[in-house]
This record gives sequence, C-alpha cells and structure tokens, in this order.
Amino acid sequence: MQTTDIPTLPRGVRLHHDKVRDAWVLLAPERAITLDAVGHAILTEVDGTRSFGEITGALAERYSAPVDEIRNDSSGFLDALRSRRFLDVSQ
Amino acid sequence: MTAPAPIAMLAELTYRCPLACPYCSNPVQMAAIDSELDTETWARVFREAAEMGVLQLHLSGGEPASRRDLTELVTAAREAGLYTNLITSGIGLTEKRLMQLDAAGLDHVQLSLQGTSPEMADEIGGYRGGFARKMQVAEWIGKIGFPLTLNAVLHRRNLHQLPRAIEMAEEMGARRIEVATVQFHGWALKNRDALMPTREQAQEATQIVIEARTRLKGRLVIDYVPADYHESYPKRCMGGWGTTGLNVTPNGLVLPCHAAQTIPQLTFDRVQDKPLSDIWHNGAAFNAYRGTDWMQDPCTSCDRKTIDFGGCRCQAMAVVGDPSATDPVCIKSPHHKDLQTQADAFSGRDDAPLVYRDAPAKTSEPAE
Repeated sequence: MQTTDIPTLPRGVRLHHDKVRDAWVLLAPERAITLDAVGHAILTEVDGTRSFGEITGALAERYSAPVDEIRNDSSGFLDALRSRRFLDVSQ
Repeated sequence: MTAPAPIAMLAELTYRCPLACPYCSNPVQMAAIDSELDTETWARVFREAAEMGVLQLHLSGGEPASRRDLTELVTAAREAGLYTNLITSGIGLTEKRLMQLDAAGLDHVQLSLQGTSPEMADEIGGYRGGFARKMQVAEWIGKIGFPLTLNAVLHRRNLHQLPRAIEMAEEMGARRIEVATVQFHGWALKNRDALMPTREQAQEATQIVIEARTRLKGRLVIDYVPADYHESYPKRCMGGWGTTGLNVTPNGLVLPCHAAQTIPQLTFDRVQDKPLSDIWHNGAAFNAYRGTDWMQDPCTSCDRKTIDFGGCRCQAMAVVGDPSATDPVCIKSPHHKDLQTQADAFSGRDDAPLVYRDAPAKTSEPAE
C-alpha cells in the first residue's frame, strides 16, 4: 500500500457491530472477519476519498503514535484485505 | 455443553427448482413435504437468527427465485441486520426482479454453473435453454453491480471445463469463484458412478487451482472443495458440527447440516414449535456430534480430532453405516482402502446414466 493509494470498501463489504459477541466485524461475501481495535480504527477512516497517507497520518495524531509504525501495521492489514477482494484501491 | 453462537444460516426457502441436477443436495425423499414456511414465519426466523448471533444468511433452495415473495424475504433479512446472500441458478430472475432485490438490500449473489457450454450445462441441469438464460442473468447482475461469486460444480463429466469456468468468472467480473467438486450426499450419492472424478482428474484440478490462484492473486479469489474420496484426510465438515452454521428446511426443520436427515438416529425440532436459539443450544440433533465425546477410535486418540472433528457424519453414515465412525476418507479409517477402491471403480463407469433429481411431490407455496 502506497501513501497515495486511496482504499475503499467495495459494494458488499461493510462494517457491522456484532451485539451478541460485542465486537466489530467486517461483513463480506460469505465471510465475516472479526476486527481488533486497530483494524476497526483503520477501517472507520476508509471513506473512498482520503489516501492511505492521510488516513495513517490522522491515526498517528489521534493515538499519539509514530506514523511509520501505524503505516507498517495498517499496510499489512489492508493488503491482506485487498488480496481477498474485500478492499479496492484507486490512485 | 455451551455452544458458541452460529455465524451462518442456510435458509432453504423451497425444494422447488426448474433444474434437476443429479447432484442436488436436497433430500432424495421430498414427498412428505406439503407446505413451505410463509413469509412472516421466515421473517421471524431471520430475526431470531440475528438475535442469537447469526451474521450471514444464505437464501437457497431448491431455487429461491421460485418463491414469489423473495424480495419481501430479502427485505426482512436486511431489516433483521443479516448479510444476505442469494444462492441461485439464475432461472426465474428477470432484470426487473433483480432491481427489486437490489432495492431490498441484497448484499451478494452466488450463481451456480453446471457447465461452461450450453450443451454441458443444459444436460447436467436437465433444462434446455438454461445456460443461455443464466448468461443473461449474469449480465444483469454485473450491470446492477451485485458482488458475484460463481459456483462451478465439477465432476467427472465436466472437470475438463475448469480452466474455462475460471475464465468465465473473470469475464463476468466475479470477485470469487467456488471450485466445488461434487460431494456425495443426497442425489449425488445415487450418481457416484456417473459423476465420480478419476484420480487423475482430481489431481489435475488441484494443479489448475494452485496455478490460477497465483496468476489471479488480488483479482479473483478461488475457494476450492477437492474431490474428497481421493483425499487422505476428511473435510472439517460444517466447520465442526453445531459450532458455526445451521440449516432450515422449507417446512421449518432445523438441521445441523443440509444432509443431516440421512442419519436415522437423529430427531429434529421445527421453527414453528421452539425458538431458534433453544433448538441450537439444546436440540438433540445439534448436541449429538458436538465436541469430541461422541467419537470412536481412531478419532478419540487422534491429534487431528479438533482439526477436522472426524470429518463428515453423513458420509460416515452413508458409506460405513455408522454416523459416529471416522469419515472413511481418512487414511486412519479401516474403511479408507475400500473407499478408494470404490472411488476408482465408480470413476471407470463411463456408460453410467445420470439419475436426475425428481421434482418434490405435493409441494405448494403458502397462500398469499
């Protein structure tokens, strides 16, 4: 994932709060992925307009964490979603 | 035993279907069913499912488009908060109907593929013109923008079409293809001699899938169900009995898997009589094979027992005659060698005719 990439959740992939298990999940075609706090924080920032660089910059500021660390963690997570077709990327 | 909440529910809305596929997973005996659950009962079942933790709803059949109230059912499912997937052959869907399903909030479509040519598809489906109509439906699905999974059902007669099926998934803009080798339950069990892949075909399919996964990474996701008679270890059936999913039949029986009625020792509850969560947690059929206490050797002492949970209970019943036995696909089963010998013999019967699925007798749609 490059800083200029714009991630977006494609149609049929959405965040859902699972009341029964008290967890956030990503619902996708025939899959449900339980999100940890970090995964949820990243995906709530994904809006189809802001770039990966902007999103991770905002997260670094909000959580007072080094931006490189945030980029490293989120990049792996988003790339894994992308390879499963749960995330689209435009430039 | 306290069971985790289920993730997925398969709602078999009807056993009616325009196709007659010889591997249909519906029961071989459908005669006793004389009425389907009405719209309001299904809507209640969807709400009960969501309340107990189900996230994914698969609307299936038979052909779910054979239900006139399909759009209302999708609306009810989305109102309940469920991710709603339509599992269809495409027959019975018009562009207008698909647009109504879109407006109702349908999340995803899984389209079945009986073959990659009209000759193959129409012969396997037992329905002339079915392939052409399916291709038209695929075009409408793409136009509306539904996320699409193509479900290619493969066996000895059409396994050579696997490369083309993968190409078709790409051409249709599908994000995912299920390469599903026929599993021998229901009608497929009657057709083992006509449908059993050869060992060479099974191996070739695995190679094609491995190659295509690399080539299409990030473009097309390939889920693969191998020809399990030719495998050494059994499938983790249903993700573990009574742990992940449940199935509701057209007349309201709640099953741990779609073939569970082939196990004569089991009794099933109905959604008309009890809340769904009571059935899931306390139903005799759900508790019969939960966990590992029910197992026999070689499962009991096996280090894979919580990996595959002894494989498929219905397959143990069908092949060995004992639903608590180790799935005979397993290399540790005393019946494994016999199964492989049988599989090779079935796969050599090139003149075996297809036994088509019967239409269900007496089935009627609920009055409106």
